Amino acid sequence: MNIVVLVKQTFDTEERIVLTDGVVSEDGAKFVINPYDEYAVEQGILMRDAAGGGKVTVLSVGPARVAEALRTALAMGADEAVLIDDPRIGNDEHAVSIALAAALGGAGGAGAPTLGGAPVDVLLGGNFSVDNGAGQVAVRLAALLGVPHVASVTALEASGGAARAERDAEGDVEVVEVPLPALFTAQQGLNEPRYPSLPGIMKAKKKPFATLTLDDLGLSPDDVAPKTTRVGLALPPARAAGRLLAGDPAAQAAELARLLRDEAKVL
Amino acid sequence: MAAPKTWLAFAEARDGALRQVSFEALGAARAAAADGDAIVAALIGSGVAAHADALAARGAARVYVVDRPALAVYHPEAYLAAARSIVQAVQPAGVFLGHTAAGRDLAPQLAAALRCGAVTDVTAVEPGGGEGAPPVFARPLYAGKAVERRTAAEPFVVTVRPNNVRAPDPVDGAGPADVVAIEPEGAALRAIVKDVVKKTSGKIDLSEAKVVVSGGRGVKSADGFAPLQALADALGGAVGASRGACDAGYCDYALQIGQTGKVVTPELYIACGISGAIQHLAGMSGSRVIVAINKDPEAPIFKVADYGIVGDLFDVVPLLTEAFRAR
Repeated sequence: MNIVVLVKQTFDTEERIVLTDGVVSEDGAKFVINPYDEYAVEQGILMRDAAGGGKVTVLSVGPARVAEALRTALAMGADEAVLIDDPRIGNDEHAVSIALAAALGGAGGAGAPTLGGAPVDVLLGGNFSVDNGAGQVAVRLAALLGVPHVASVTALEASGGAARAERDAEGDVEVVEVPLPALFTAQQGLNEPRYPSLPGIMKAKKKPFATLTLDDLGLSPDDVAPKTTRVGLALPPARAAGRLLAGDPAAQAAELARLLRDEAKVL
Repeated sequence: MAAPKTWLAFAEARDGALRQVSFEALGAARAAAADGDAIVAALIGSGVAAHADALAARGAARVYVVDRPALAVYHPEAYLAAARSIVQAVQPAGVFLGHTAAGRDLAPQLAAALRCGAVTDVTAVEPGGGEGAPPVFARPLYAGKAVERRTAAEPFVVTVRPNNVRAPDPVDGAGPADVVAIEPEGAALRAIVKDVVKKTSGKIDLSEAKVVVSGGRGVKSADGFAPLQALADALGGAVGASRGACDAGYCDYALQIGQTGKVVTPELYIACGISGAIQHLAGMSGSRVIVAINKDPEAPIFKVADYGIVGDLFDVVPLLTEAFRAR
């Protein structure tokens, strides 16, 4: 089974956000694989192994530092990595998904997706990224490639050219069957991502790692110009610590009910 | 003077009623529009035409409807075909949807099909001015640790986070809606929705709830959520959880609030037995009023709470439920 996993490198979720000259400072920041993409990488490895063979390729768009995230995925057990690194790719979901679609054989639904000449059976990605939080790129890519998708899956198995997924829809569970090739986005609960092992880390250094530019993809800068523009970035107003109530539990409960009604006017 | 534009808001029904975020999407369209522009609405589903008048009462000049039994359950390909047909008929400058399970799935598909930009999870809209200045959309980054403002080339797609954008007030005596039935283009339906296991019937959706009562490791077990549910029921709210509670197996990940998981912005957030890790704070610190109940007076949650009670949630929460029931 030939599997492609979309990976984004994000800030560690424990990082505090600091703005310098209107942009998020990366100074000394720790980067990780987007946590939802980790589930996708793990699922790719599980599905390859369940199929008794095939290949998991991790694919990303971003600057050179993203290689570290891809190496981590290789150390977990992915087989190959492809990084699309070109500063001419616009910084929005339209531009990134167009670049990914080109890497997978073009946009417009002309035939099944391929990577490196081989047909792709399963595309996996995270439900959303914990930095930008847009949740657009993977679903856009499915639409651009003309393959069906199931978003926010909490269970997934594939065999005989089809897949069965369970999808989280605001707490309800939808059971969806879909023919392959298809794209799935991973939701929490799908699996338990493994840690890279030391032998895995050693092996990762020798695994194929390709870096592509717009020229390799046959795209012009116009093709990947963004359709949206950031016009401002700010930190939210800090919350001041409030008031600790006093007294026995019953008195505190009564006081809180009163404060929420009369002072906060929230009830 | 620029030519008048049309702005399209997709409405969504759940359990036979329009969701509040549908009206908020109309409000976002109105906020983005200039004087003289038209605001129209769309409905996709089964039996949804009945909701057209409610949208007209909130200012929709026309309501485009694709109403058929096969659309009773959200289906990515079928809903995309219906949405594309409506967009084809309307030719809007901007499309607005709720940031719901369906909206989050449909918006990127539609944007890809239109090869246009999308701004998702929008919490505020600054109107486009005269002289062709575009509307500006605010949205949280890093689950609320930062806020960006973004513009988009027309046409564009926007999803609106529930509870943040003001809905237009209903107008008394608004006439019946001008309804246009749309025949959707054909679509190859490759995915098959085999079953929908309803776990949330009758419950208030976490992302839309005005009150969220949330539990952390301090609830100690799955049963420990029972007093929290009772408090949420008394307040007409929903129950959420921290990652700690989910990881410990006390509750489903669907309830998780934080940088991974859901971001919630209710009127009132009551954190019970939650210490307040930075990832959790990111997911809830946009709430209007925050209450923290924790045994540990040093817990970081108290640094963001408007009101804090240092105590055992198993003592305090039932007393609170009583106090609210008594009002």
